[in-house]
Amino acid sequence: MQTHTDYRMSQLDELESESIHIFREVAAEFEKPVLMFSGGKDSITMMRLAEKAFYPAKLPFPVLQVDTGYDFPEVLETRDRWVDRLGVRLVVASVEQAIADGIVVDDGRTSRNRLQIGTLLHAIEEEGFTAAFGGGRRDEEKARAKERIYSHRDEFGQWDPKNQRPELWSLYNGRIHAGEHMRIFPLSNWTELDIWHYLRREDVEIPSIYFAHQRRVFERDGMLLTESEYNPCREGETVSERTVRFRTVGDLTLTGCIESTADSYDAIIEEISVARVTERGATRGDDRFSEAAMEDRKKEGYF
Amino acid sequence: MDLLRFATAGSVDDGKSTLIGRLLLDAKAIFEDQLEAVEATSHAKGYDYTDLALLTDGLRSEREQGITIDVAYRYFATPKRKFIIADTPGHVQYTRNMVTGASTANLGLVLVDARNGLTEQSRRHAVILSLLRVPHIVLAVNKMDLVDYDQEVFDRIERDFTSFATKLSVPDLEVIPISALQGDNVVTRSTNMPWYEGSSLMHHLEHVHVASDRDLIDTRFPVQYVVRPKSDDFHDYRGYAGRVAGGVLKPGDDVVVLPSGMPSRIAGIDSFDQEVTEAFPPMSVTVRLEDDVDVSRGDMICRPSNAPTPTQDIDAMVCWMTNEPLRPRQKLAIKHTTRTARAMISDVKYRLDVNTLHRDQDTRELGLNEIGRVTMRTTSPLLVDPYAKNRTTGSFILVDEATGVTVGAGMING
Repeated sequence: MQTHTDYRMSQLDELESESIHIFREVAAEFEKPVLMFSGGKDSITMMRLAEKAFYPAKLPFPVLQVDTGYDFPEVLETRDRWVDRLGVRLVVASVEQAIADGIVVDDGRTSRNRLQIGTLLHAIEEEGFTAAFGGGRRDEEKARAKERIYSHRDEFGQWDPKNQRPELWSLYNGRIHAGEHMRIFPLSNWTELDIWHYLRREDVEIPSIYFAHQRRVFERDGMLLTESEYNPCREGETVSERTVRFRTVGDLTLTGCIESTADSYDAIIEEISVARVTERGATRGDDRFSEAAMEDRKKEGYF
Repeated sequence: MDLLRFATAGSVDDGKSTLIGRLLLDAKAIFEDQLEAVEATSHAKGYDYTDLALLTDGLRSEREQGITIDVAYRYFATPKRKFIIADTPGHVQYTRNMVTGASTANLGLVLVDARNGLTEQSRRHAVILSLLRVPHIVLAVNKMDLVDYDQEVFDRIERDFTSFATKLSVPDLEVIPISALQGDNVVTRSTNMPWYEGSSLMHHLEHVHVASDRDLIDTRFPVQYVVRPKSDDFHDYRGYAGRVAGGVLKPGDDVVVLPSGMPSRIAGIDSFDQEVTEAFPPMSVTVRLEDDVDVSRGDMICRPSNAPTPTQDIDAMVCWMTNEPLRPRQKLAIKHTTRTARAMISDVKYRLDVNTLHRDQDTRELGLNEIGRVTMRTTSPLLVDPYAKNRTTGSFILVDEATGVTVGAGMING
C-alpha cells in the first residue's frame, strides 16, 4: 500500500480492510475459531486476508477442510502448499470417514455436497470450534443476500433466517451459548469479480483448474462434467476432450466446467465481465434443484 | 474505483424494488439465469410483465408472504464505482431494519410516489437517515410518467421535502424526478422532462463526493488485537492491530494511550509486509510504539492534545430492537468500538416520534422499533465522541446478556 495523498481508498483496499477487521475481531473475541478451507478461490482469498491480518504472526487458528472424497487432486495440492507456507494446522473432516462411522448416511441418492453438512457439523462439535470462517458472499445467491457477517447457529448448527441479529456499523455481536457456534463471513461484501481482481493483484496460487486446460468431459443436465471413476457415464453420455476451466470448485461429480480459453487472470476477468449466468447457476448442480435449494441447505447448517 | 454504500427503504407500492431491479439490470449485475427465474415466477403468478421486484425478494418465507422483512444487500458496479445497496422495507415495524441499513451507508435514497407526494413513510425514512448521520440524501420522485411528467407536481414535492428537511440534519440533498418503470432519469437523462436540469440518478450516485465525509482531523485508533509473533525473526515484535476510526496516523507522531494516559510515539505502521507512511480511516493497520507501554484490546491510541474523555455516563439516542421494552434499571452488555462493558439504564428522557419529530417526555420505556433519548451508567469508562462527530467512536450496540441477542443501537449525544 502506498501513500494516498488524497486519503482515498480503492474499493479493493476498502474491502480488504473490512475483512481484516473481521478476522481480528473474531480472533480477539472467540475462544476457538477455525477457517473453513475448500481450496477454492474464495477460501484462498480468506487465507490471504487472514495471513495479512496477523502478520508477522501466524494465523491464530487452524484450517478445516471437509473432504468429500470426490475432490479435484489439483485443489488438494494447492491446499497443501498453502497450509505448508503459512504453517497452520489442517483439520480434515472426511465424508468417507463420517459415512464409515455412521455420522452421516450414504443412501446412494444423497449427494456428497449434502453429506458434507453432517460431516462439517460433527467436526465443529468434536473439536469444539466456536466460530467458523466461511467464504460465502452475498452476491452469490438470493438466500445469502440477507446473511449477516456474524451468522448465529444454534446447538443443531441450524440457521434461522427469521431470527437473525441486527448488525450495525462494524460492531459485531459474538455472544453465543455453550454448544452454539458462529459462522463468520468476511467476504460478505465481495463480488465474484472483486475476488478475481484481488487474486490478480495479490498474485497468489490458486488451483490450476480455474484456468483453461484440456480435459476429458461429458455433458449431463446441460453441464460439462469431468470424466472420473467416481462419476461413471450414463447411457447416451459420451466423453470428449475439450478446452475448459472451472468457475467454482467442489465435489467433482457435481461441479461442471465451462468451455473457455481463459488461461490467465486477465482473461478470466475479461470473461466474467461479460458473463451472462451466475457462477452457481452455471456450474453447480447442487444449487439448481430448486429455487430455494440454498436456503434449505443453509438452514440445515451448510457453509 | 471506490466504494459507495447506500441505503434504500420503501414498501412494495412505491416502486423501490423496480428501481433497484433496473439499476442492477442496467449495470449488468443481473444475470440471465436470475432474470429467467424471475420471468418464470412472474408468469406463474399470472403477471403480464416481468416483476423486477422478485429479484430483490430473497427468502422463501418472504416470497410467500409477498413482503421483504429484513435488510438485503445488493451489489453492482459501473466503471466509476462499486455500489453496495442495503435494501430495507419501509413499514414502521421495520424501523430497526432501516436503522441497521443506514448505519453503514454513505448515502440514503428516499423514494416517493409522485401521485401521493410525501408520506409518513418517506418522512420516517428521512428522519432515520438524519439520525444515523447519513451524509448524503437523494429524494427520488418516482412514477413521474403517471403524472404526465408534470414539473409542478415535482416542484411541490421538492418544496415539501426541503422544508421538512430543515428540521433535520441533512448536509447534502439532491431531488431527482424519475420513472423506474420507464427508465426516465435512472441511468440516462430523460427526454420527457426537459425542465429538469440535474443529473440522472446513476450519474449522481457515481459522482457524489464521499471522501471528505470522514474525519481526518481527530486521531482515533481503537486497539483490536495485539500482534506478538514470538518467532525467531520477529522475536521482540509487538504491534497493535486495528482499524483507523478517525484522523491520520504517521510514524513519529506523539500519541497517548487511553484510558491509561501513557504517552508514547509511533515507531512504525505496518500493513502486512509493507510500512505505511500515513494511515487514515477506514484502513486496517498495525501500529508499533517506541515505548514498551502496556496496551491491550479496548484501549485507544490518540494524539495528546486531542483525545476523548473517558466516561461512564452515556447520553444517547437509542433504537430499541426487541419485544421486551427498555426500562430504567435494566442491565445490558454494551459494545463500543473494541471495548465491551456492562451498562445500567438510568433514564428514558423522551421517545421520538419518527413521523412527526414530536418528543414524548411522559414515557419511561422504549418499545420495539422505538427511538428515544436514554441515559446510562457503564461499569468501566468508554472512550466516546459525539456520534455527530464520528460515527465509529460515537456508536454502540446493546446486547441482552441472557439471550445474547442485539437489542439496541445507540448514537452518543454531544
